[in-house]
Amino acid sequence: MTAAPRPNTWSQWPDANGRFGEFGGRYVAETLMPLVLDLEAEYARAKADPAFDAEFQDLLKNYVGRPSPMYFAERLTEHFGGAKIYFKREELNHTGAHKINNCVGQVLLARRMGKTRIIAETGAGQHGVATATVCARFGLPCVVFMGETDVERQKPNVFRMRLLGAEVMPVSSGTGTLKDAMNEALRDWVTNVANTFYVIGTVAGPHPYPMLVRDFQSVIGREAKQQILEAEGRLPDALVACIGGGSNAIGLFHPFLEDEGVRMIGVEASGFGVETGKHAASLSGGQPGILHGNRTYLLQDENGQITDAHSISAGLDYPGIGPEHSFLHETGRAEYRTCTDAEALEAFQLCSRLEGIIPALESAHALARTGEIAKELGPDGLIVVNLSGRGDKDIFSVAKHLGMEI
Amino acid sequence: MGADRIAQAFAACAKEGRAAFVGYLMADDPTPDISLGNIQALAAAGADVIELGAPFTDPMADGVAIQKAAQRALAAGGSLSGTLEIARRFRIVNTSTPLIVMGYANPIHRMGFSEFARRAAEAGVDGVITVDLPPEEDAPLRTELARNGLAVIRLATPTTTEGRMARVADGAAGFVYYVSVAGVTGAGVGAEADIAAGVNRARKASNLPVAVGFGVRTPDQAAVFARIADGVVVGSALVEEVRAAVESGQPESSVNRISVVAEALSNAISSARTLRSVH
Repeated sequence: MTAAPRPNTWSQWPDANGRFGEFGGRYVAETLMPLVLDLEAEYARAKADPAFDAEFQDLLKNYVGRPSPMYFAERLTEHFGGAKIYFKREELNHTGAHKINNCVGQVLLARRMGKTRIIAETGAGQHGVATATVCARFGLPCVVFMGETDVERQKPNVFRMRLLGAEVMPVSSGTGTLKDAMNEALRDWVTNVANTFYVIGTVAGPHPYPMLVRDFQSVIGREAKQQILEAEGRLPDALVACIGGGSNAIGLFHPFLEDEGVRMIGVEASGFGVETGKHAASLSGGQPGILHGNRTYLLQDENGQITDAHSISAGLDYPGIGPEHSFLHETGRAEYRTCTDAEALEAFQLCSRLEGIIPALESAHALARTGEIAKELGPDGLIVVNLSGRGDKDIFSVAKHLGMEI
Repeated sequence: MGADRIAQAFAACAKEGRAAFVGYLMADDPTPDISLGNIQALAAAGADVIELGAPFTDPMADGVAIQKAAQRALAAGGSLSGTLEIARRFRIVNTSTPLIVMGYANPIHRMGFSEFARRAAEAGVDGVITVDLPPEEDAPLRTELARNGLAVIRLATPTTTEGRMARVADGAAGFVYYVSVAGVTGAGVGAEADIAAGVNRARKASNLPVAVGFGVRTPDQAAVFARIADGVVVGSALVEEVRAAVESGQPESSVNRISVVAEALSNAISSARTLRSVH
């Protein structure tokens, strides 16, 4: 039915059924189906409404602090001795990561739809904090589901969410990590359909979530394109971003998809190594399957049971990936590499020392692959890395891994 | 047999002037052998249709009781293949009670829709409920099941509007499963009047029997639904008996526990309409 995509039609996806090629869709219980159809219709109306965009842009500028800078990482560039490296500084956003771009958009949608209660799932806590922040701004009650394991390893963010007035619900089912938090959020949503809006934190979930989260995050790539043209007078050779669900990566990539000369490199978390089975690299070590509303690459066993993801970074510790990434992977438009816990830890320290920027452990995964990409491209090359979040939240766990006491 | 066996079971109940008792248990919970004994006991105690849960690691439409049942089953080595094996063993001794496999899309997707449909038919399964395959997404599985004579049983819910009900009915087979309340399995029960209205919406759109489930725990509740619908589904309350048996240290005692609870439910459902006419 769908012909192979032509190079200049990347932005046509998803199709009317919420599919990116073979991926995506709306795999939800019937109770939720009318809701996701409503959301799709309301989002289409919001997109056509200049007032919606005006409010969104105003909040991005004055509340989030956009545009985020494009920074030439001079010392890192010298250190690797290859292509010029720029950072898209998403870590300077309010709440310290790219996550808030999407939360502002979704909370505005929730208000438009007359929803009076917000729920969200969170792994590292960045999406939870961002959602709690925007809910505080608009006076909406907010419940954040967070795996028990993550509540333990991300205490500062748990405290932040509570300070912002959100209720944090520790989830003990399953393995107590991000996927279980998402299961529990779906259970809450199905129970409170009338008044509740589910703010999904990444480009996953049933259609239209992967599309609307991408659209809200695409501000990253639109700004980056303009900024790099201003700074260098040309488009970059490569974009690099870490991938959990993949929202910061798709936000950076999407506005460049039709620029054929721009390579896109997503970096998945390979934990102790893909070969050990203890990793979170869905594309590199998974198979297509159906979970949390969409068809995409998943970590699973031969019986179709979902297997536990592992990553040093709680934000990447998810056994799936956004369906558009699965599509970009299969079509070859984007390439996906991996980074181990150890490599991320090393990049975390390197960036801190050379650039005076403490990156989030998530973003450190992208940085860890940047050196080799810089060398592949050579001194004439140009790279933009999405510095998706700041690392303040990670200092306790990094100290522990390095055997230091704080 | 497939869809026909389901139709016959509902027709037989209708002829007796009563609703069908649809009982749910998780396959391989707590072990394959005890699980087989439990579903045989459920049939013997009067279940007209049996839903066999296929365990999944991420059962996002289920409440705690069925989540825990899935974890027990997985710990015992349960899988979709294991579920079909239980069905096959049950079918050797029982050829009349319809068997419905109820589960999530990913294990079926992983086995392959065509392979699953063939193996399910061979095992004597009659219908399939896949919680996370709404009408918009179930065509690939539905085609394969239909080729093997198996029914896709669709769910209708309180959020399924009259307009959408036609979409649910189109392609549905076996019976329509009306979810009594917006929520997960084993949660609270919706108001009787709302459920009756929902069942009527489903009946207007489909000629299939309508069974009501989610949140039916006691014989009294079952009797209420038996007056409204063509079938009453009880799951969490039965699964809880398996949990209680496991926790008591005598998992095999679940067979007796299920017999007792299922008989009470069966009696309540069978006599519900007669009792009302006496009032």
